Amino acid sequence: MATTSHMFMYSLTIQPPTAITQAILGQFSGTKEQQIVTASGSKLTIHRPDPSQGKVTPIFSQDVFGIIRSLAAFRLAGSNKDYIIIGSDSGRITIIEYVPSQNRFNRIHLETFGKSGVRRVVPGQYLAVDPKGRACLIASVEKNKLVYVLNRNSQAELTISSPLEAHKPQTLVFAMISLDVGYENPVFAALEVDYSEADQDPTGLAYEEIEKVLVYYELDLGLNHVVRKWSDPVDRTANMLFQVPGGADGPSGVLVCAEDSVTYRHSNQDAFRVPIPRRRGPTENPERKRTIVSGVMHKMRGAFFFLLQTDDGDMFKLNLEMVEDENGQLTGEVQRLKIKYFDTVPVASNLLILKSGFLYVASEAGNHHFYQFEKLGDDDEETEFSSDDYSADPSVPYDPIFFQPRTYENLNLMETINSLNPLIDSKITNLTEDDAPQIYSVGGTGARSTFRTLKHGLEVSEIVESELRTVPSAVWTTKLTRSDEYDAYIVLSFANGTLVLGIGEVVEEVTDTGFLSTAPTLAVQQLGEDSLIQVHPRGIRHLLAGGRVNEWPAPQHRSIVAAATNERQVAVALSSGEIVYFEMDTDGTLAEYDERRQMSGTVTCLSLGQVPEGRMRSSFLAVGCDDSTVRILSLDPDSTLENKSVQALTSAPSALSIMAMADSSSGGTTLYLHIGLYSGVYLRTVLDEVTGELSDTRTRFLGAKPVKLSQVSVKGQTAVLALSSRPWLGYSDIQTKSFMLTPLDYVGLEWGWNFSSEQCVEGMIGIQGRNLRIFSIEKLDNNMLQESIPLAYTPRRFVKHPDQPLFYVIESDNGVLSPATRQSLIQDSESRNGEAAILPPEEFGYPRGTGHWASCIQIVDPISTKSVVFTLDLEDNEAAVSVAAVPFSSQDDETFLVVGTSKDMSVSPPSSGGGFIHIYRFQEDGRELEFIHKTKVEEPPLALLGFQGRLLAGIGSTLRLYDLGMKQLLRKCQAPVVPKTIVGLQTQGSRIVVSDVRESVTFVVYKFQENVLIPFVDDSIARWTTSTAMVDYETVAGGDKFGNLWMMRCPGKVSEQADEDGSGAHLVHERGYLQGTPNRLELMVHYYTQDIPTSLHKTQLVAGGRDIVVWTGLQGTIGMFVPFASREDVDFFQSLEMQLAAQHPPLAGRDHLMYRGYYAPVKGVIDGDLCEMYFLLPNDTKMMIAAELDRSVREIERKISDMRTRVAY
Amino acid sequence: MADKLRTLQNLEALQARYIGTGHADTTKYEWTSNILRDSYSSYVGHNPLLSYMSVGMGEPKEKVRTMMLEKMVRGAGNPPETQE
Repeated sequence: MATTSHMFMYSLTIQPPTAITQAILGQFSGTKEQQIVTASGSKLTIHRPDPSQGKVTPIFSQDVFGIIRSLAAFRLAGSNKDYIIIGSDSGRITIIEYVPSQNRFNRIHLETFGKSGVRRVVPGQYLAVDPKGRACLIASVEKNKLVYVLNRNSQAELTISSPLEAHKPQTLVFAMISLDVGYENPVFAALEVDYSEADQDPTGLAYEEIEKVLVYYELDLGLNHVVRKWSDPVDRTANMLFQVPGGADGPSGVLVCAEDSVTYRHSNQDAFRVPIPRRRGPTENPERKRTIVSGVMHKMRGAFFFLLQTDDGDMFKLNLEMVEDENGQLTGEVQRLKIKYFDTVPVASNLLILKSGFLYVASEAGNHHFYQFEKLGDDDEETEFSSDDYSADPSVPYDPIFFQPRTYENLNLMETINSLNPLIDSKITNLTEDDAPQIYSVGGTGARSTFRTLKHGLEVSEIVESELRTVPSAVWTTKLTRSDEYDAYIVLSFANGTLVLGIGEVVEEVTDTGFLSTAPTLAVQQLGEDSLIQVHPRGIRHLLAGGRVNEWPAPQHRSIVAAATNERQVAVALSSGEIVYFEMDTDGTLAEYDERRQMSGTVTCLSLGQVPEGRMRSSFLAVGCDDSTVRILSLDPDSTLENKSVQALTSAPSALSIMAMADSSSGGTTLYLHIGLYSGVYLRTVLDEVTGELSDTRTRFLGAKPVKLSQVSVKGQTAVLALSSRPWLGYSDIQTKSFMLTPLDYVGLEWGWNFSSEQCVEGMIGIQGRNLRIFSIEKLDNNMLQESIPLAYTPRRFVKHPDQPLFYVIESDNGVLSPATRQSLIQDSESRNGEAAILPPEEFGYPRGTGHWASCIQIVDPISTKSVVFTLDLEDNEAAVSVAAVPFSSQDDETFLVVGTSKDMSVSPPSSGGGFIHIYRFQEDGRELEFIHKTKVEEPPLALLGFQGRLLAGIGSTLRLYDLGMKQLLRKCQAPVVPKTIVGLQTQGSRIVVSDVRESVTFVVYKFQENVLIPFVDDSIARWTTSTAMVDYETVAGGDKFGNLWMMRCPGKVSEQADEDGSGAHLVHERGYLQGTPNRLELMVHYYTQDIPTSLHKTQLVAGGRDIVVWTGLQGTIGMFVPFASREDVDFFQSLEMQLAAQHPPLAGRDHLMYRGYYAPVKGVIDGDLCEMYFLLPNDTKMMIAAELDRSVREIERKISDMRTRVAY
Repeated sequence: MADKLRTLQNLEALQARYIGTGHADTTKYEWTSNILRDSYSSYVGHNPLLSYMSVGMGEPKEKVRTMMLEKMVRGAGNPPETQE
């Protein structure tokens, strides 16, 4: 056996993480326009906010193959371009720039300062840049701080100095920012705690007396060293700092945000403090203190303000007022702080205010929001609280202040950007009878939780749908003259006639067009400068400007069966199999080429390409015949209608289209021949522009109907609309320029054509039955469609009804009052104070209370009503923790819903007042639940599973088998099978795979005769398992809390022995090995993904695809493992991976192999995301790698894209 | 002798540079404090992990982050009484 793994997987991301861990704003293009750069997982993305439409669109995204921990933007004085500094896990500081002309990130500096990895003392956690771009400080959680001086050399290039140290041992940093000091020496402020004394004092007194201090570090640019300039104690609970503008703009200094208060501090100013207002309301706890969790400072025309957000999501506007001197001029001295309620938005990980008057909210959970400022809350009725009334000393008590939250007054929501984060669970199944399954997921937190349906497709916006009297067979649009910008006519062909509609203010029939209305039409084309042609079965009608008509009649007893046109050429095929070719003369008339070409069979379709820029003609004609071939004929004057090449097909072609499209291999555009077959198969081949050779054919099955093709224009690029049983669009990916084929989320069309008018510049027109539809595609960057259904609380798990398309979601929220408690509080208050307004929880969250749980079971119908159809709230402070649909053989195999709950649960430290297992009966086809009974168990049942007509429950470390009784569950058998806590169960046959919260997986066999559960094989490494799936009877795939994916296999002999007939006595009596089971699992595959896998499935994603392992991650990642079929492929991708890692090292300086082997070395996995980086490389690097691998660029690209398209999207 | 001295100096340099580098007399308290602080800093540094805990606790990430850092201050609690 080979020394490497004999199982190889190709890992690919289907959808990158959508959680934004950090977002920064800057002019990264070097123009006035501001862009947003976000980090999500290992992806760095630059977005362009469009102020006119109020939308944010991603421009470029790159995987850095490292953990992005911090980002900062900075600009050198006098320049207008912002650079980006990345603090990552590479132990290096990286400075990159965005190059707008190439649409790429370019690394400028990479300086090593420490070990790689996310460690306690390796800087990277905090990053602060001097506002004048002169220096940056990169710090770790404990001890280390490094200052780099940034400058420019004589060539105006950015330079970086060697680091200056400002370490302080045994000191923890809570927050770090830079101070705005104008052009004085750069100063950085940190919130620090020194624990050295507490570690030495056994009495604990020193710990009690620990102070949190605000420290200023000054970089002396003259002496080139860093000094600890000033330190002063602040509130012990302080957690955040904000920069206050300095120099000419303000007093400088910092805002120190602590629990319940915000304090202004500076070394040469007095301190000022304001409390954070608390919510007023009958359900609010008046004692609960708020903390600032995010905020933003905004400067504009000499003024500035802060927006600070609390843990409820309420934003407060904070202003600083200055002392005025006797002339009414502002001095640099602060007089007071003023705080007032602004608006409530989702809790953000980052807030950004754009100069154009927008607010970007990178939400911590759920969709990101993009708001426009209506006003700045300057003159409203909100109470303003001033620091005059409060002492700056944190130890002085004060009365809390209150405000009344309300709906948006200052902000206007412009766009929500879909985000799956946190994605808690998913199921993959096909409920809509489409050809491919859909992904159903639950995610989000609190009242913003959602149930989402994801499917592969492009979003279509419909503009017009109108019904016609009869069924048209085809539709075209045409301009009148070459210089027209928009189409003027819509030409509809019916079985026995043609109808022309004029496009204007209204679309109506026009009669005096010269078109023959008594025959069906085969083609319509604007020809030459200002004439039109109509091809109909009896001939070609040439409509010249001025109303003259030239008619070319088809020869006797023959009719035209197919036609192809472009603005200078016309080719028609006759029923006899002859091809007649016309070209436009210099005087604008059509001239027939004197020879006709006889084809071997009946011609089914023809295609002429567009006339290339600056040329007289398209040099190829593609002819499809019913003998299942496509021939390329030359149209060059010296070889007219001569054969160039032939392509044999599996079925007769139904449509052809030659078009030039952007191409990743050549970097420019390439001529493609698209072929649609009667069998529903679509082919795309490259057509050599000189020789007419066909090469690089790629095939895809589209649907059961013959394929129709048409050339359309989407987002400025030529695309192909392919129609079969559903419409598809073929286009080049915006970033990689590789070819994508994606279904449209639209009705099945019979015919489609390009449509362009003033209202809809890049549209399409299509026929569906008797309906004429005009539609357009707005977005090409996202090919996953989402539909969401709001849920009540944070979802924890969900199951599907065994037969119905319904899902049962268990939801629970910690620290939230249950509906009953809320109701009684509201009733109390109403009896005293009258009616109180209830705030919608989707925007304001639920009222909170420590130790409370709100939990419910909801039934979601994602297909017909697309809503929650039933909600059942749990009582007595129980929180649902697990769910399963279990058929009980003792009840004639009736399936019941089983829900495990935990009473009075506390998350940290973990404890609970016991658990329950609830049994519900499905009513009304599963649309309602009837409570049967509940059984108390000693610990929360975190895992439930239907097993051989009974219920398996993981209760603590015990695996227990229950049967359903009349009053409660009946214990049948139990065994302690894992060391700590069972969190997941999977089964096949009598085998059960039990996952432990921190001890990996154990295989257990159930011996029916003896009624015993026997663990027989476990793992040698402690994996903190989150989710598992059985890949086959011996193999289990799983993910852990540290972001690893792995596959384990039970040795064959052990597996066989476990299933041997008999009592299993040999298993029971076998001696355990190292305090575990007698045998150990073998590790097959190991891979670091960064995101925490929350669910795994063995499934297919496309019709006719192979089985793959699909996983979802907490931050919204959807990824997959594709098994390799052949060893050659593995070798090829392994060498490609090596070449890529060497030729194109990751952006943030992390070694790729080290990154993928973060906790344990990569085993048996090829990183497909790295392989797909090949598309993004410049052409010369591509060629170099191709030469190394002894293949052509096109071949490599084809192999890479095949790996994805064969099994997924 | 010189070799021994150099080894000692190297070790001291390592200990100064990388906190948690052990020595012959590392106590249980030092060791556990160190493990705890390493763990908490890892939770803070790995965003998905922080997010995972914040979803579990029902608190914003910033609050969980502050909580973890506060736990780093505490370490493994009060040190044991030293016998003179």
